[in-house]
Amino acid sequence: MKLMNCPINGPRPLQEFFYWGECRDMPNPDTCTDGEWVDYVFHRNGAPGVKKEWWYHMASGVWFIAVRDTQADEVKETYLYGAGPHHE
Amino acid sequence: MSKRLPQVSGEWIDRSQPIAFRFEGRDYSGFVGDTISSALMACGVKVMGRSFKYHRTRGVLSMANHDVNVMVQDGARLNMRGDVTPLEAGMDLRAVNTFGGLAKDKARILDYLSAFLPVGFYYKAFHSPKFLVHAWEKLFRALTGLGRVDFNAPRIKTPKQYDFTDVLVIGSGPSGLSAAISAANAGAKVVVVDEQAGVGGWLGYNRGGQHDSSAILQGLLKTIAAQPNIDVRLSTIASGYYADHWVPLVDAKRMTKMRARAVVVASGAYDQPAVFRNNDLPGIMMASAAQRLIYRYAVQPASEVVVLAANTEGYRTAVNLHNHGVKVVALVDLRPEGESTPYAGAVAALGIDILVGHCIYEATPTSNNDGVRAAVICPRNAEGVVDTTVQSVLACDGIFMSVGWAPAAPLLYQAGTRMRYATHVHQFVPDVLPAGVFAAGRVNGVYDLTQKLKDGERAGQAAAAHVGLGSGPSVSVAPEAVSPSHPYPFVDHPNGKNFVDFDEDLQLKDFYNAAQEGFDNIELMKRFTTVGMGPSQGKHSNMNAIRVLAKITQKPIQEVGTTTARPFFHPVPLSHLAGRSFYPERLTPLQSRHESAGAVFMQAGAWLRPEYYGAAGVTREGAIAAEVQAVRTGVALIDVGTLGKMEVFGPDAGEFLERIYVGRYSNMKVGATRYAVMVDEAGVVIDDGVVAKLGDNHFYFTTTTTGSATVYREMTRLNTQWGLNVGIVNVTGSFAGMNLAGPLSRKVLAALTSMDVSEAGFPYLAVREGDVAGVPARLMRVGFIGELGYEIHIPATYAAHVWDEIMKAGAGFNIRPFGVEAQRLLRLEKGHIIVSQDTDGLTSPFDAAMSWAVKLDKPFFVGQRSLKILNEKARKQVLVGFAVPGSYRGPALKESHLVIDGQRIIGRITSVAFSESLGHFIGLMFIEMAQSAVGSHCKIRVDGKLVEATVVKTPFYDPEGARQKLEESA
Repeated sequence: MKLMNCPINGPRPLQEFFYWGECRDMPNPDTCTDGEWVDYVFHRNGAPGVKKEWWYHMASGVWFIAVRDTQADEVKETYLYGAGPHHE
Repeated sequence: MSKRLPQVSGEWIDRSQPIAFRFEGRDYSGFVGDTISSALMACGVKVMGRSFKYHRTRGVLSMANHDVNVMVQDGARLNMRGDVTPLEAGMDLRAVNTFGGLAKDKARILDYLSAFLPVGFYYKAFHSPKFLVHAWEKLFRALTGLGRVDFNAPRIKTPKQYDFTDVLVIGSGPSGLSAAISAANAGAKVVVVDEQAGVGGWLGYNRGGQHDSSAILQGLLKTIAAQPNIDVRLSTIASGYYADHWVPLVDAKRMTKMRARAVVVASGAYDQPAVFRNNDLPGIMMASAAQRLIYRYAVQPASEVVVLAANTEGYRTAVNLHNHGVKVVALVDLRPEGESTPYAGAVAALGIDILVGHCIYEATPTSNNDGVRAAVICPRNAEGVVDTTVQSVLACDGIFMSVGWAPAAPLLYQAGTRMRYATHVHQFVPDVLPAGVFAAGRVNGVYDLTQKLKDGERAGQAAAAHVGLGSGPSVSVAPEAVSPSHPYPFVDHPNGKNFVDFDEDLQLKDFYNAAQEGFDNIELMKRFTTVGMGPSQGKHSNMNAIRVLAKITQKPIQEVGTTTARPFFHPVPLSHLAGRSFYPERLTPLQSRHESAGAVFMQAGAWLRPEYYGAAGVTREGAIAAEVQAVRTGVALIDVGTLGKMEVFGPDAGEFLERIYVGRYSNMKVGATRYAVMVDEAGVVIDDGVVAKLGDNHFYFTTTTTGSATVYREMTRLNTQWGLNVGIVNVTGSFAGMNLAGPLSRKVLAALTSMDVSEAGFPYLAVREGDVAGVPARLMRVGFIGELGYEIHIPATYAAHVWDEIMKAGAGFNIRPFGVEAQRLLRLEKGHIIVSQDTDGLTSPFDAAMSWAVKLDKPFFVGQRSLKILNEKARKQVLVGFAVPGSYRGPALKESHLVIDGQRIIGRITSVAFSESLGHFIGLMFIEMAQSAVGSHCKIRVDGKLVEATVVKTPFYDPEGARQKLEESA
C-alpha cells in the first residue's frame, strides 16, 4: 500500500486519505459562456500525466493539494492550499 | 523398505519424535521436521500424485514449493504441497487429482489418448457450436479442478499483523544472510524471511562433499546471533511486493503486513528441468531436490542414479550422492567442453563415468509406470544435434538434473524492476532496480559462493545507505566465469512426452504447434498453451518456454521477453486474506431505550435506527399504524439523533451559508429557522436540512442522516478556498436529538421546561435555547411530519435522562415512541421529500418542485450558474403528488413502479404508502411535464396491471398547515 505525505501529519498509509479530484479553476460564473461552464462542471481529463489534485487526510480533517504523476504512480509533492509553488 | 539414511549432520528431522500418518488409505510414519513428501520418500513411496491433464504418475521434483503434482488433501485443508508442508500427526492424506485413488486412477487412460488432446484443446473446444460447448463444459468441470471443497468447513479467523523495519531481506541463503549482517552493521534494523523451515538456503544442502559450506553457515549464524538488530523469520513467505516497500509476509498462522524502508531480494533461483522424453517419471528430479532430501531429511533419494549436468552444481551433486551411499552410474554433461573446475577430477576420482557432450535421449519407465528403469544416453554436439544412432542404456532408478536456473524474480518484477537477459549466465538479471529495492545472489546472476557473500554484503550496504545509514557499497563483485545455466537443455523426440510444463502437461511439440498456429508471441503463447498458468505459475516452465520460443522465432531471448507474475506469487490460504467481517454501526445514545421498548431496527447509512416498535400480537403494519395514529391524535416521540448536526460561527457565518445552500439566510432573524437545500456544481440536489440562527454570528443546522460526513467534509474544502472568517464544527455525535410530536406535545413539554412554549412565545419555525428536564437544550418548531412538534437537541450524555423524563411526563397522555417507517408515512402525507429517495443523481430543485427554495438572485452559491442554465430550459419532468381512488383493492403500489402512457414510460413512483387518515394510497412520482397538472389522470403499472391514479396537490394532509401551528391543544 502506498504512503502519502500529509503536509501536517507526515507520511501516512493511503487508506487514511480521501481523494476528491483534480483541481479545476472555476470560470467566473457571471461572465463565462454556458459552454465554458458546462466544460468546467462535466468534463474531466483522464489522460495519465502529472495532475494537481485535492486530497483529504480523513483522520485529522486536513485538505491539501497533491501533485501526482498518474502515469508513474508517484506523488511528487503535497502542500496546503495556497502554500504551493504557484500560490494559487 | 526404509530409505532413511543414518544421521546426517544438520538434518532438520527430530528422530526422537516419530509421527504416524496415512496416505491413500495406508499407514506410514515419519518424524517431526519431515515434510509430507520427505516422509513418503523415506517410506519408499515414489508415486505421490497424478498430473493435471494426462493423469501420469508423478513424484518429487523440486522439494522447494513447486511440486504441484504432489498436492494432497487432509479434510478441509486442500491442495497442500507435499514437498514443503510439514508432516503432522494423524494426517489422513489423499492425492487431489485422481478418480478412484492414486494407484488405480481411472483417468490414467488420458495418457494414452493424449494424441487427441492437443495443445490449445480447451481453448479450441469453446469455439465449438453452442450445443457442444455445453457438453464440453460438463466434461471439463468433472475433469478439471483440484481437491474437494467441504462446504461445511468452519470459518477460520486469522488476525493480521502489522510490522515495520528498516531493511527487509528476502531469502536466508548466503547472500541474504550476508546482506542482513552488512545492513545491520551499518545500524539498520533488519528482518530476514525465508519460506523454508530451516535457515541457510543453498548453504545447508550443497556441500560438495566437504564441510566448508556448513562451516560458513555456522559462522554467519554466529554473527547474526550476536547482532540484536537482525530478526530471522523462517517458514515465512514474502508473497508479493506492493508500493512503497509494503510486503505481505505469510506464515502458517497469519499474514504480516510489513512496511520496510528498503528491500533486499536474495530469493535465489529455481532449478530448471531438462526436457527429454519421460522427464516427468517419479525418480527424476532436480539435483537440488535430491540434495535437500539428503541433507534436510536424511532420505536417500534413489539407489542408482544418472546425473544430468550442465554446471558445477551437477558435479557437486554427484560427489554428495556418492558420499551418502547412492551409486552414481554416470554423470552426463550436456556441454561439449565439459567441466573446467577441480570438481571434474573429484568426480572422476570416485570412479564415476563422465560422459561429456552427451544428453539423455529418453528415460525408460518401469513396467507399471511407477518410476524410471533406465536412461538412454546419446551424444549431442554443440549445436544441440543428437546422434541417436549411438545409444547406451544405463539402468538406474533415478535421474537428477542440474542444467540451469531461472531467477526467483517475481517480487522484483512486481516492484517494477527492468530485467535483462545476461548471456554470461544465460539468465534474466535485474537491469534497472526501483529506488530502495536491491537484489543479491543468484537472482542477481551471482553463483560463486565467495562472490555471493560479497554480493550480499554490497546489497546490504546499499540498502542501509538508502535509509540513511552507513556510507554505501564498498565491495565489488566479480562476474561468473562460466554460465551456470545451459542455453538450450532440450532434446526432441518423435514420440514426445518431453515435458516443458509439469503443471499443465505441456510437451515440447506443443510449443511448436502453438507457434505454427500463429501464437508466436510470449503473451499469446502463454494463453494458448497455458504455460506457466498452473499452480507453480511457471517457476520451472516459463524460462524453458521462453527458450523454446526464442528458438522457434529465431529471436534473441531479450526480445522474446517475459511475462509478469502478479501477487501473490505463491498460493495463500483464503483464510489469511479474509477480513474480519467487521461492519461498524453507529448507535445513538438512546439505543438502550429503543431496545427495551421493543424496537425493530433498520440500517440508515452507518446508523441503526428503530424502524418501528413491535409488541406481542401486533403486526408490523399494525404497529406502524398505531404509531402514526399517536402522532396525529395524541403525542409521540422519535429519536432523530442520527441527523447531521453542524455549527458555524464567525462574522462570515451568514455569508458561508448563503454560498453552500440555495436559499437566503442573510435576512434571517435570531431565533428563526429555515429549510435549506444543498445542490452540487451541476445543480443536483444532494442534501437538505434546517438552518437555525442562534446569534448574529452563530448558526446551528442539520443535514440528512447519511450526508453528514460528506457534507461536512465538502464544506471544509470549500472554505479552504473561500477563506471566509468562520469556524465549522461537526457536532453530530455530540448532540442527541428527539422530536416530540403530536397535538398534545406542548402539554408534555410544558411540564418539563421553564420556557414559554405558547404559540406566541415559541411560534412555528422558531428556535429557542432553554432547558428540558433540567438539561440545556436547543428546541426547534419543525413541520416535517405536519403536527405540532418540537425537535429537542441536547448534549448526547443527557439523552437517556431526557427521553425518560419525557416518557414520564407524557405517560398520562399515552405517549409512545415511533419509528422511521411511521415518520416516512407522516412526512409523505405532508408531501415532504426525502433527499435520495425522492431525488436521484439528476434531480434539480426545479424537478423536485422546490423552485420556491432557490434564490437565483443571490450573488453566488454552489451550483447557481448550473441552475440558471436549467431554469432557462424546458423541464422534462417534475415531482408531483398522486392519489389512487379509495376503491382500489389490488396489490400494494411500490416505489419504482412505472407510470405508463400507451407504449411509453412517462414517470415512476419515488414514495408511496397507504394513508390510514385519508383512506387511500398516496405517493410522490416523477412525471413528464405534459401530464403533471393537478387533476391529470395517469396509469401506473402494478404487477402487470394498470392502475388509475390522479395527480393531486400536496400536502395530502392538512394542506393549510394549520395543525403544525396549533394554537390550543386539542
